[in-house]
Amino acid sequence: MDQLSALAGVFSYLSLLTIGGGMAAFPELKSLVVDVHHWLTYPQLIHVYSVGQMAPGPNMMMVAAVGERVSGIPGALIAAFAFFVPTGLLTFAVGRVWNKLAKWPWRTSIQRGLAPVAIGLAVAGTITLGKGAITGWLTAAIGLAIFAATLRTKINPALLILCGAVVGGIALR
Amino acid sequence: MTESTLPSTAAPVVAPRDLPSVPDVFVTFLIIGATSFGGGVVAYLRSALVAKKKWMNDVQFLELMSISNTLPGLNATNMSILVGDRMRGTVGAIAAMIGMCLPGFIFMTVAGVLYGHNGDRPIVTAMLRGVAAAAVGLIGATWYQIGKKSVKGFYDAFFILAAVLCVNHFKLSVPVVLLAVGALAIFANRPGKEHKKEEELSEWISSLR
Repeated sequence: MDQLSALAGVFSYLSLLTIGGGMAAFPELKSLVVDVHHWLTYPQLIHVYSVGQMAPGPNMMMVAAVGERVSGIPGALIAAFAFFVPTGLLTFAVGRVWNKLAKWPWRTSIQRGLAPVAIGLAVAGTITLGKGAITGWLTAAIGLAIFAATLRTKINPALLILCGAVVGGIALR
Repeated sequence: MTESTLPSTAAPVVAPRDLPSVPDVFVTFLIIGATSFGGGVVAYLRSALVAKKKWMNDVQFLELMSISNTLPGLNATNMSILVGDRMRGTVGAIAAMIGMCLPGFIFMTVAGVLYGHNGDRPIVTAMLRGVAAAAVGLIGATWYQIGKKSVKGFYDAFFILAAVLCVNHFKLSVPVVLLAVGALAIFANRPGKEHKKEEELSEWISSLR
């Protein structure tokens, strides 16, 4: 029960930080899941997060896997509910009044101002993830190859990540 | 409302009698939620909602995207809520969000169980290390593309850099950075400011090269 309410607290808090996407919350996710609650080790969190990039739909559904590791299926449900419902309610409410805010001059200011901050937080999250995941020349080579392939080709990203799995399975044992 | 402000671009919207039913909304988002692999959910949403179903036009889609981007929460779920609400009100929003989340939820819960049973095996660990390295490349590329498109001046570049340095170098926590840098960035774009200075500065910077 304690674990379930901790899951609910952690993931509803994290959800409020996902301005512009889930990556912004990664540094805080790491500190809460690994350092504060010891639910996963850092390598485990990186594994789960990365597998989450292959999942269909919202790319932060990995919270369900963290919840599952902590408290089984109820944990998965609580983590997903806590992560997606509070921000969902906010979006629902703001969506309803959005058109009325059209004449509010700060609306444009908030949109224009938050856009670069959201990108910066996502880049910061990617760097944090990269520091944990790129541990030698081989992982660096995989990362660079996928970076280039994503920019240059139209191959489905989930397939690119599977390529990473195959190369890793052969070369990183 | 969009039509009145944008008479030239707004194509005819679906008439009220043609609004999709709640099960239709649910199934449409269930399919998007099950097939949008690899994070590029916005492209899947646009192709399903604008091109295939014709529930909205591009102008309306972009308007909803800009709400999604400004608020916390992921684009995938925020968009499902906004679209569901516009199609079928509260019930539509709930149906759309559940449809969007269900496939990924099942996928990741099963992944969690499998990881618990097999995560320690050396071959699995090796594969997951490869997956993690690949994910960094993929996410990095995604944000590189977004950044390239959206950096439009000195302030944009400055606030991106400020956020990165605060988190990675000065080890400030994300909420602190979000509040501090976010407030500064909103203030820099405050109403009444014509963004002239910003344009002058970016011209000045590019003239240095």
